[in-house]
Amino acid sequence: MAQGIKDRVAIIGMGCSRFGERWDAGTTELLAEAFDEALADAGIGAGEIDAAWFGSGLDFINVGNSAIPASTALRLDGIPVTRLENMCATGTEALRGAAYAVAAGAADIALAIGAEKLKDTGYGGLPPSYKGTFNDQWLPPVSAPGGFAQLASGYAARYSVSRDDLKRAMAHVSWKSHENGVLSPKAHIRKRLTMEQIIDAPIIAEPLGLFDCCGVSDGAAAAIVTTPEIARSLGFTDLVTIKAIQLSVSSGRESTMTDWDGSYVPNTRKAAALAYREAGVRDPAAELSLVEVHDCFSITELVTMEDLGLSADGGAVRDILDGVYDRDGRIPCQIDGGLKCFGHPVGASGLRMAYEVYTQLLGRAGERQLAAPSLGLTHNLGGVPYLGLVAVSLLGLMA
Amino acid sequence: MAEVLASASPASARGITGFGAYVPRLRIPRSVIADAHRWMAPGGRGRGRKAFCNWDEDALTMAVDAGRAALADRRHPIDAIVLASTSMPNDDLQHSAVAATVLDLPAEIRSIDPGCSQRAGTSALIAALAATGEGTLLLASDRPLAKPASPQEQLYGAGAAAFTLGSEGVIANLLAAESSAAPLVDHFRRRGSDFDYYWEERWIREEGFAKLVSATVDRALDSCALQLGDIQYLVFGASAANATSLLARNLGFDGKIIDPLGEDCGFAGCADPLLGLIGALEQASAGERILVVGFGQGCDALVLEATGQLDHYRPARGLARTLCESVEVDAYLRMLSAQGLYQPDFGMRGEKEVRTALTDLYRSVDQVWKFEAGRCGACGTLQFPQLAYCIACRAPASQFEPERLADKTGHLVTYTADWLTYHPSPPLYAGFVQFGDSARLLMEVTDVGPEGISEGTLVRMAFRIKDFDKSRGWTRYFWKAVPDLDSSEAG
Repeated sequence: MAQGIKDRVAIIGMGCSRFGERWDAGTTELLAEAFDEALADAGIGAGEIDAAWFGSGLDFINVGNSAIPASTALRLDGIPVTRLENMCATGTEALRGAAYAVAAGAADIALAIGAEKLKDTGYGGLPPSYKGTFNDQWLPPVSAPGGFAQLASGYAARYSVSRDDLKRAMAHVSWKSHENGVLSPKAHIRKRLTMEQIIDAPIIAEPLGLFDCCGVSDGAAAAIVTTPEIARSLGFTDLVTIKAIQLSVSSGRESTMTDWDGSYVPNTRKAAALAYREAGVRDPAAELSLVEVHDCFSITELVTMEDLGLSADGGAVRDILDGVYDRDGRIPCQIDGGLKCFGHPVGASGLRMAYEVYTQLLGRAGERQLAAPSLGLTHNLGGVPYLGLVAVSLLGLMA
Repeated sequence: MAEVLASASPASARGITGFGAYVPRLRIPRSVIADAHRWMAPGGRGRGRKAFCNWDEDALTMAVDAGRAALADRRHPIDAIVLASTSMPNDDLQHSAVAATVLDLPAEIRSIDPGCSQRAGTSALIAALAATGEGTLLLASDRPLAKPASPQEQLYGAGAAAFTLGSEGVIANLLAAESSAAPLVDHFRRRGSDFDYYWEERWIREEGFAKLVSATVDRALDSCALQLGDIQYLVFGASAANATSLLARNLGFDGKIIDPLGEDCGFAGCADPLLGLIGALEQASAGERILVVGFGQGCDALVLEATGQLDHYRPARGLARTLCESVEVDAYLRMLSAQGLYQPDFGMRGEKEVRTALTDLYRSVDQVWKFEAGRCGACGTLQFPQLAYCIACRAPASQFEPERLADKTGHLVTYTADWLTYHPSPPLYAGFVQFGDSARLLMEVTDVGPEGISEGTLVRMAFRIKDFDKSRGWTRYFWKAVPDLDSSEAG
């Protein structure tokens, strides 16, 4: 295995726009909001950035394709800007691109920025996607909750979990994120809910109800990265470095062959294993201070706890109900409210997760600050559980 | 007299060698229709149920389903396909050629689409029985639409009949066929119009059924030297209430009246007399004779005689079986919506463009229309879709052997009812279908009854409308899973 980039890239500035229904802002304004905060945090000017990676998920709304909309929005004046799209992992992919450029020595200071303007669709939820001229002829038009509901169905069958028990565990996932969202000033949804409200909500895709589904939000987030050496030369002392950043993409096996039972996401397991190896993490449940996972749906978070090796297989229902992942639990998960409540502007989400881990590691999280965190994980799941892609990153304080 | 004439010689070298039938599962009690119109027609009543196409069915999909049943044993070579209908989705597109592909018939095939009359099915049967060649697949399929609150709304159903025709393994011979043409415009449907325009039924009965049909039936009986008393079964496909009983009374026929669709389906357009013929064949035994009459700007009268082979013939899916499989719907507006006669607001998601690249369709037609999976020659894995390399061993697709999933059954591994996505009949049921232990794909599940679906539900495959391109008018088709009512009843 390649050596990886552990501790070869430091994050010296991050920014995150307020997430939500930003009727006041287009993608350009959202990008600027995140960028200005990141520049101020890093204490540099825009002219000091050597290269940028811009992530955005949906072409038919938002700003369209290519890097030009980001370059013009931020007036990046001729530097190399790459636009990328990798579904819900888009934000983390921007960070990976920028980090690799720095680690390779191709750029001294690089920008990763992601944005999505979803509330120009005219309706709630994600817009239906296009899957290409061939796939559109045969794939059923399931919505995102319809795709992730397959995971609920497969998980319940594999572990003989009753619908009521699964609904209660899923509801706890959302309940906890609503509790956390209240303490997140930039979060989209800052409102407490009762377990009953969550369990009794209208069904969106059986068995997922309204509150099993995350918010669909506008927002942008950004990271400025450089080498630890340059960071120190700029006067930074407490350094947050990238310990690992990995991606695993499905070959189509789960949805074509017969050996996947629908109870787990193979690509999460693969990406996590690669990331733990790159970072030298041996016991994630003991070593991780916090995790920000892709809770697009409550069932995703539940299954991800097992896929990341934090709960035993079949044990997530109990761990969740026992509060293991609550704010005061053993491994706080979605301390900022997660996709569920902080919001999910697709292209920004991976960077928003990194923003929270970074903020917590530097002790700047205010009311929701955890005690002395040292290592955080981010996880994005793009596509659907059976035909998806997963990004896992590990961020920590440099020794 | 009957014994003497029992040896009447066939009028054609070809006979019927097999059949299949399809009636849509969705049924609405006619009382529900009557209740919906009570505000304007307080005296309305309704007896029995009518069958109607689900939103994803049309005359083509029904024809395919009936054709699959008729071809299930693949005993007979087919070198011609005839598809009769008055309600195919396109005015200029040879649906018989599409059906031939979907049914995996050889490309070397003659194909033709008769239409324009409710007797297109019987006329096509006469012509195909007179034709030469190895074998013909004759399909007749119709889903006549009716204006809400019209008498036809209660009368009209939908369905498709399929026959294989040839000279080997004949289960019924044609003894005589006579036709007449007459300018009696009992109804018509202008191009582009959804609905038929009808004249008074009393006139149709007296000038049409009583005079035109009687004269043509007499000629048919004369030409095979039979009398009405030599006929055991009477089939009449006409869109009037109790048309067959009325005709029997006019003719003085006292044999068995075959009217299998009236109670639980309704008039099935040009497929109606042929579905009636299937109903008769399901009852007849060797030597018994069936009089089939098709009506529309004249009429066709056919006299057929069952052979000894009929006694041993078991269709894969006949009329009795397809009629047994029903899902009752008691929402009148759902029926209207399924037929496109009512457009509720499905929300902005329904605005998504579903343009089909016809170039891509042609390249991938074996997968999309024939539902061919590929079995890897190197490792044996069966897979859909077929991409450039094997999913299991990365062998190139050039080593794949095609294997149709269309005729396989499967079970659901995972499932959901998706209320968020745009779907013309919410919710969208979807789940992973696994075919034995050999292949799997995510599929839409259609014709789901009130019991829903769950992990383990047994399903069979059906060729259905995937979606409509509203901007361009193209109908996209693919295969869906349908709960296997037979198996679930069997437990």
